[in-house]
Amino acid sequence: MALYEYTAGRLAEMLRTKETSSVEITRSVLERIDAVEEKLRCYVTVSPEEAVKMAEEADRRLAAGDGKPLTGIPIAIKDNMCWKGHRTTCASKILHNFHPPYDSTVVRLLKEEGIVILGSANMDEFAMGSSTETSHWGPTRNPWNVEMIPGGSSGGSAAAVAAGEAVVTLGSDTGGSIRLPAAFCGVSGMKPTYGAVSRYGLVAYASSLDQIGPIARDARDIALLLNIICGHDPKDSTSVPRDYPNFSNSLDKPVKGMKIGLPREFFDKLEDPDVNRVMKDARQIYRSLGVSFVDLSLPHLDYALAAYYIIAPSEASSNLARYDGVKYGFRAENFDGMIDMYCRSRAEGFGAEVKRRIMLGTYALSSGYYDAYYLKAAKIRTLITNDFRKAFEECDAILCPTAPSPPFRIGEKMDDPIQMYLTDVFTIPVNMAGLPGMAIPGGFSSDGLPIGIQLVASHFEEARLVQLSSAFQKETDHHLKRPSL
Amino acid sequence: MKITTEQVEYVALLGRLALTSEEKKKYSAQLDDILKYMDMLAEVPTDDVEPMAGPVKLFTPLREDKVEPSLSVEDALRNAPAVAGSSFRVPKVIE
Repeated sequence: MALYEYTAGRLAEMLRTKETSSVEITRSVLERIDAVEEKLRCYVTVSPEEAVKMAEEADRRLAAGDGKPLTGIPIAIKDNMCWKGHRTTCASKILHNFHPPYDSTVVRLLKEEGIVILGSANMDEFAMGSSTETSHWGPTRNPWNVEMIPGGSSGGSAAAVAAGEAVVTLGSDTGGSIRLPAAFCGVSGMKPTYGAVSRYGLVAYASSLDQIGPIARDARDIALLLNIICGHDPKDSTSVPRDYPNFSNSLDKPVKGMKIGLPREFFDKLEDPDVNRVMKDARQIYRSLGVSFVDLSLPHLDYALAAYYIIAPSEASSNLARYDGVKYGFRAENFDGMIDMYCRSRAEGFGAEVKRRIMLGTYALSSGYYDAYYLKAAKIRTLITNDFRKAFEECDAILCPTAPSPPFRIGEKMDDPIQMYLTDVFTIPVNMAGLPGMAIPGGFSSDGLPIGIQLVASHFEEARLVQLSSAFQKETDHHLKRPSL
Repeated sequence: MKITTEQVEYVALLGRLALTSEEKKKYSAQLDDILKYMDMLAEVPTDDVEPMAGPVKLFTPLREDKVEPSLSVEDALRNAPAVAGSSFRVPKVIE
């Protein structure tokens, strides 16, 4: 096995016993990037020289006995996380040459840990999409079948982990953007509770929904990353001041006696036979571990998607008002006056999906429509959150699919926004309520494409998700399978 | 139709987007489809429901008023498309 194929947890052990060095690991991953990146396009920017320098520094730290748990492990960040002096484009033409003058909090935390940052992973433009096809830099391809989409919006982050182009990555999740690509690429991904990870320096899409989280090969690596990124940050006023546990302590806790809820609204609509089979198998595995099941109802779940596609674009239309061609980013060459400069810079700088969401959000917030759309959606959000609160009085976690189908073909849903939006029907409700959710590999379709299962817990119960996924991964080998490239 | 081309033009101006006539046509049709899908929300009775702006109870965090370094003018201007001295350069705003 080559070094790039190991988990972060295993590599960290090998670094401690001096079986390998951070420079060796980093070079192995960089060689893998050289070998398969052209086929997959997981990255917007790779910085190999700087990665090796960071690895050398990590090796010095480790030699001095000053290492932290993940010192020396190579990571990729999503291209919407500010990294001082490094191009951060959000996969948009409007930020094609933006070099942030500061580090996001997550990047600062990675640097303090001594993690090696390889570069920025591809994504849907401004994280708006479910397939990584709306990137200004072109689509990322699914490592399991390059004709297929990797899911989105953190498609580059998930595909990189699946293909060995990074050991672990960070993504962001507004309506499923970590869990969906993790499921479609056969890796593990967690969206933590809203407020658990600082959003300072994360380019904003929909601020009441956005959350940063880890993508990795197994629950153990997810726990190791959560230990680094969860925590209060005074620079993010929605960051929640509280103590976060050591998530690695939950990896070996038995799940016997736990109660898992199965919301019928999630399963009633499930038509895909492969997804149905995978969900059935997952229930069987948990049952064999001594978990019991309780049937639940989340009566307002069916309205979550419609409410989300009002709330998220509304927030986006406001957040993206800052791209005006004045302080940073793209400015059109020809214009007639100030307003025209804004209109043309934005028209030329944003792609079709971003414009569509700005239009939708602007409409929903405009005079005369606010009550019917935004206010209505915000009230339905309360009802969805209450549904979950009641559900968690009866169970410890919820089990449901991550997506209604296996990955689909590149181009298949690009001209049909509603079909594309429906891809997120099982992930969006979790963001609406601000809950933690995790996708882990649950099996494969008859065509050999990965299918993920999703676990959801109550606010700040990430440790329980780590516990349940770790127990599942001890019984299964789906997460150990790798695509042949 | 829930949304007319005139409305699309008005919303595009509010959103500061210069759309081509082709885009206007495309977005009218697509926004119409999307808004029709949203109609289902009207089924839900919400008269007594409080709206929710976000999952976290917002409070005003207070901190000590400590002097810390801030962005230098040079760093603030580095990404600007047009600069004049220590300022962002923009087209004439006041006639």
